Amino acid sequence: MKFIISTVMTLSGFLLAEIVSVIVPTKSPGVDDRAYRVILAGLFILYLGMAAYAAFKPERREKFNKRAPFRLAMGLALMVWDLLGTKFLILPMPFFPGPSQITWVFVDERGLLFGHILFSLRLYFFGFTSGVILGVGTGVLIGWFARANYWIMPILKMTGVIPAVAWMPFALTVFPSSLIAGCFLVSMCGWFPIGFQTARGIANTPKVYFEVAETIGGKEWYQLFHIALPNALPSIFTGVATANGLAFTTLVMTEMMGARGGLGYYINWAKAWSSYYKVYAAIIIMAVLFSLIMKLIAFIQGRALIWQRGLVNERVSN
Amino acid sequence: MSESRIEVTGVYRTYTDVNGGEVTALQEVSLSINKGEFISIIGPSGCGKTTLLRLMAGLDTPELGTLSLDGAEIHSPSPERGYVFQQSSLFPWLTVERNIAAGLKARGVFRQNKDEIQKYIDMVGLCGFERSYPHQISGGMAQRAAIARSLINHPAVLLLDEPMGALDSFTRADLQDKLLELWKTDGTTMILVTHDVDEAIYLSDRLVIMTPRPGKISEIITIKLGRPRNRGSQDFLSLRKQVLETLNLASAVPEQEYSL
Repeated sequence: MKFIISTVMTLSGFLLAEIVSVIVPTKSPGVDDRAYRVILAGLFILYLGMAAYAAFKPERREKFNKRAPFRLAMGLALMVWDLLGTKFLILPMPFFPGPSQITWVFVDERGLLFGHILFSLRLYFFGFTSGVILGVGTGVLIGWFARANYWIMPILKMTGVIPAVAWMPFALTVFPSSLIAGCFLVSMCGWFPIGFQTARGIANTPKVYFEVAETIGGKEWYQLFHIALPNALPSIFTGVATANGLAFTTLVMTEMMGARGGLGYYINWAKAWSSYYKVYAAIIIMAVLFSLIMKLIAFIQGRALIWQRGLVNERVSN
Repeated sequence: MSESRIEVTGVYRTYTDVNGGEVTALQEVSLSINKGEFISIIGPSGCGKTTLLRLMAGLDTPELGTLSLDGAEIHSPSPERGYVFQQSSLFPWLTVERNIAAGLKARGVFRQNKDEIQKYIDMVGLCGFERSYPHQISGGMAQRAAIARSLINHPAVLLLDEPMGALDSFTRADLQDKLLELWKTDGTTMILVTHDVDEAIYLSDRLVIMTPRPGKISEIITIKLGRPRNRGSQDFLSLRKQVLETLNLASAVPEQEYSL
């Protein structure tokens, strides 16, 4: 019974929004609401499918029920937004467009957006990967070799607190292309937190593991790569998570200020033309893109730290 | 008779305690251990028994005196002298199987000796737990895995630092029998540090009793009971009484030093 109510709740919000979109006449000129309607229909079908999937297992039903009020609210919010932003034009334009205007951008400018997404992804990938490599490398050096620690640690401590974007004028003059400059800035985000956390993880290795390694015949390379580094892995991922947040910020700022492409650049360009609906569209894409990247990192982390499962306190959301 | 394997001569070791005072952990300790022997080192805490074991492993160096294995002086740790630590020391990021294989990997002889891994897993009775991670198995199983990790390197001696200290009495008895079984099949010289008198009498050929402050050997008792030993037999119990008396006598003296 509860499950049926939940299903109705889940679906009715989106259904209402769809009905409103179709039957209420619009005051905005030249709005194409096909994309919005397709997305609403898509959400409706998606949740219908999920309900069908959940229907025959109690624990799945339980999980499905939990989110039903939220989904109803989501559908109703879309409906209200549609009425205020598109249908009756009550929200001040052009700053607060309705959902139809925003979603149409995904169709209308798909080629352009796709190019900018690729541009952002390329910058992120090269920048962040080199940041991780640089960070872990530096961390190993300062965490393992006392001499490296003496020389590099103070530099890391001093430069690490500087926000990466502060290097932007320097980066733009020194590097031959804005892509390389952007990569440099994004990788700087990784360098400090990952380097620091790697060194910390290595330094916190329990002495007994090194003693075990010695008594089973492990030389220095074994102690570093088979003891200290695996022990530092959870710590390294803490650094990666911190660096990732900084990297997103730096990525967008770099694109807004220096680059010739990317979602940040697109936002800036759209703003110059007062096309705020495009700004929102780009923000939505960023939300999805960055969430996916976070998911990917979480997946890699889960695989790499599988030995910790059940060992550390895990907080499971939803 | 049997040749000597480990030779400890005139060893001194001192530590600085938290207050900056000097503590003599070992004072003029000499001991000769025969090949294939099962030796237990027993004594109250602070008598230097773990220090002595760490010196034999090469994890620590003496201020004075020498230690040698088969005539070669001990300077640093070596897979020839396996060491099992008090707490579980398995690497948490490796499965049981890979922990045991670590013994081979560390020496760089993994490829040649791969087949031995399963043999040692079976030997310590961990079949079916190969892919478990250390936190998923019990303390007794973890110690058996740690023993296998040392034994896979075919050490001349196995040094055991209270490996059963943190286990409940059932698991402990189980592991003691397992240890005897491994000792019989492999013929490895076993040196066990313990504070459990029953355990020491049950397992060893000879019992080294140490006294604290300063840590030194007070008596070595040869145990002539036949194997397998019965913990309830008259001989066992009278030996136990004798050892306990020696230990009490030994700890009575420093007790006075302690009183303020």
